[in-house]
Amino acid sequence: MQIKKDILILAIESSCDETAASVVKNGREVLSNIISSQIELHTLYGGVVPEIASRKHIEKINQVIEEALREANVTLNEITAIAVTYGPGLVGALLVGVSAAKAISFATEKPLIGVHHIEGHISANFIENKELEPPFACLVVSGGHTHLVVVKDYGEYEILGYTRDDAAGEAFDKVARAIGLGYPGGPKIDKFSKEGNPDAIPFPRAKVVGSNYDFSFSGLKSAVLNYLNSCEMKGIEINRADVAASFQKAVIDVLVEHSLNAVKEYGFDKFAIAGGVASNSSLRAAFETECGKRNIDFYHPSPIFCTDNAAMIGAAGYYEYIKGTRSGYDLNAIPNLRLGER
Amino acid sequence: MKILALDSSGLVASAAIVEEDVTIAEYTINHKKTHSQTLLPMLDELKCMTELDLRTIDAIAIAAGPGSFTGLRIGSATAKGLGLALDIPIIPVPTVDALAYNLYGCDKLICPIMDARRNQVYTGLYMFHKGTGIDAGYDMTVVEKQCAVDIAWIAGQINNFGTDTEVLFLGDGVSVYREKIIELIKVKYSFAPACCNRQRASCVAALGTVLYQQGVMETAAVHAPEYLRLSQAERERAEKRESQICQ
Repeated sequence: MQIKKDILILAIESSCDETAASVVKNGREVLSNIISSQIELHTLYGGVVPEIASRKHIEKINQVIEEALREANVTLNEITAIAVTYGPGLVGALLVGVSAAKAISFATEKPLIGVHHIEGHISANFIENKELEPPFACLVVSGGHTHLVVVKDYGEYEILGYTRDDAAGEAFDKVARAIGLGYPGGPKIDKFSKEGNPDAIPFPRAKVVGSNYDFSFSGLKSAVLNYLNSCEMKGIEINRADVAASFQKAVIDVLVEHSLNAVKEYGFDKFAIAGGVASNSSLRAAFETECGKRNIDFYHPSPIFCTDNAAMIGAAGYYEYIKGTRSGYDLNAIPNLRLGER
Repeated sequence: MKILALDSSGLVASAAIVEEDVTIAEYTINHKKTHSQTLLPMLDELKCMTELDLRTIDAIAIAAGPGSFTGLRIGSATAKGLGLALDIPIIPVPTVDALAYNLYGCDKLICPIMDARRNQVYTGLYMFHKGTGIDAGYDMTVVEKQCAVDIAWIAGQINNFGTDTEVLFLGDGVSVYREKIIELIKVKYSFAPACCNRQRASCVAALGTVLYQQGVMETAAVHAPEYLRLSQAERERAEKRESQICQ
């Protein structure tokens, strides 16, 4: 009898402001998950500065990879394949990971697998939920993305809806700045909202005409800014916690409504969330409640796998590897790569 | 000693394998395709054509900057990945110095010029001096260290050498600043021809070998490009703070 060999993926992620590397065994067992965050650096500028992010990535990339191997207690030689995020994201940032991954693949003669960043976020759900298998519906919400996706099979997706303007996380950042909470907005609003009344201010729940599943958050953001302005003009004291909580509720209501409509229409009994905003405690609680009411299994990654990380790229890379996906040495960073495209 | 050299600092992408005083293979292209798509396929071609066993490489020489920020990082990240996988050091070679090395042995003043955008050039001034002994090689002296400056500034430095001086220009900035150079330079000058007027990885390797012997090298983990410039955001932040302090 032939003993089935373990498949070890060395995964690299550098699409935004985290330099990350991970070793993942057989797609679901994370042997190491190293993340070097630049968040403090970018806080000085109120958001991610692409050139600074790229410079930091190049300084950190080898240390992060070496640490991932060391913590996993494997040598580069024992690795089966190299997976790397090649889009979407900041092109200069992506290029650091892509170039390093290609060089490592070339020098070790191990297969190279370019992975879609969103596919990584979705696959983060496989890490802690060993029983979760496609098909299911998944909402990906982060600083750069808001996608409602049907995961038809491993590596096969149908995009039901996406944001027509700002990503959900982007709206959090902008509103946080407007009410003086600073960057990063998501976690700050999440925390601050707990002190406010989510029903205090009736901010709009935006619908996109002609589309059941698309999102739009720029109108909501403007409504918040207008509210703040008009209060100031009228000399009304602003309760910032109420603003934060009411804004957050408006975002969550739309995300929950669209997601559950999709789950119902497609008849899924499983639903997952992913991406940085999936760490938001109120968003989780809302889905927990609503999915519970409908007898739908609700999945979400732990916060460490919600933020940008390489373990999720390793999980996605594993399934791509099994499917036979291989990238060439001409693999390029594609900043606006669409999910399901290669 | 076998060196793998890369230069993706400018429009040119170049890769070479050099062993002592022999260039085993060199691949240089000057085409619109991004370095991310060309550099590693070129290296792969070199490896296949020369049946190269990568484990025989002793060090990686890289044009470490200045240059296009993204181009530098594609080269550096590639060098770092190779260095990590092969467990070999990186020799950071100043880009402008490596450009000047194209004109090894030349008895004129050498002025490489790279277009740095924002009305600046990456440039420097170099001279070759014969070492002592009838068969001694030439040493390259850095007269003006590589820098990001206005073309008029470097022209002024050259003119200060006096009318007896001759200067040779090379680099991708020449085509951009040719008119300016003609207008500003008061000494005898000429432009290097196509065979030796752009970045070449064999030059990076040759100068890298000299630097290596002087002990210039670093681990792949610590290597990062030398940009010679802050990012725009950092620059604007520094300017803002400076103006606040002045007020």
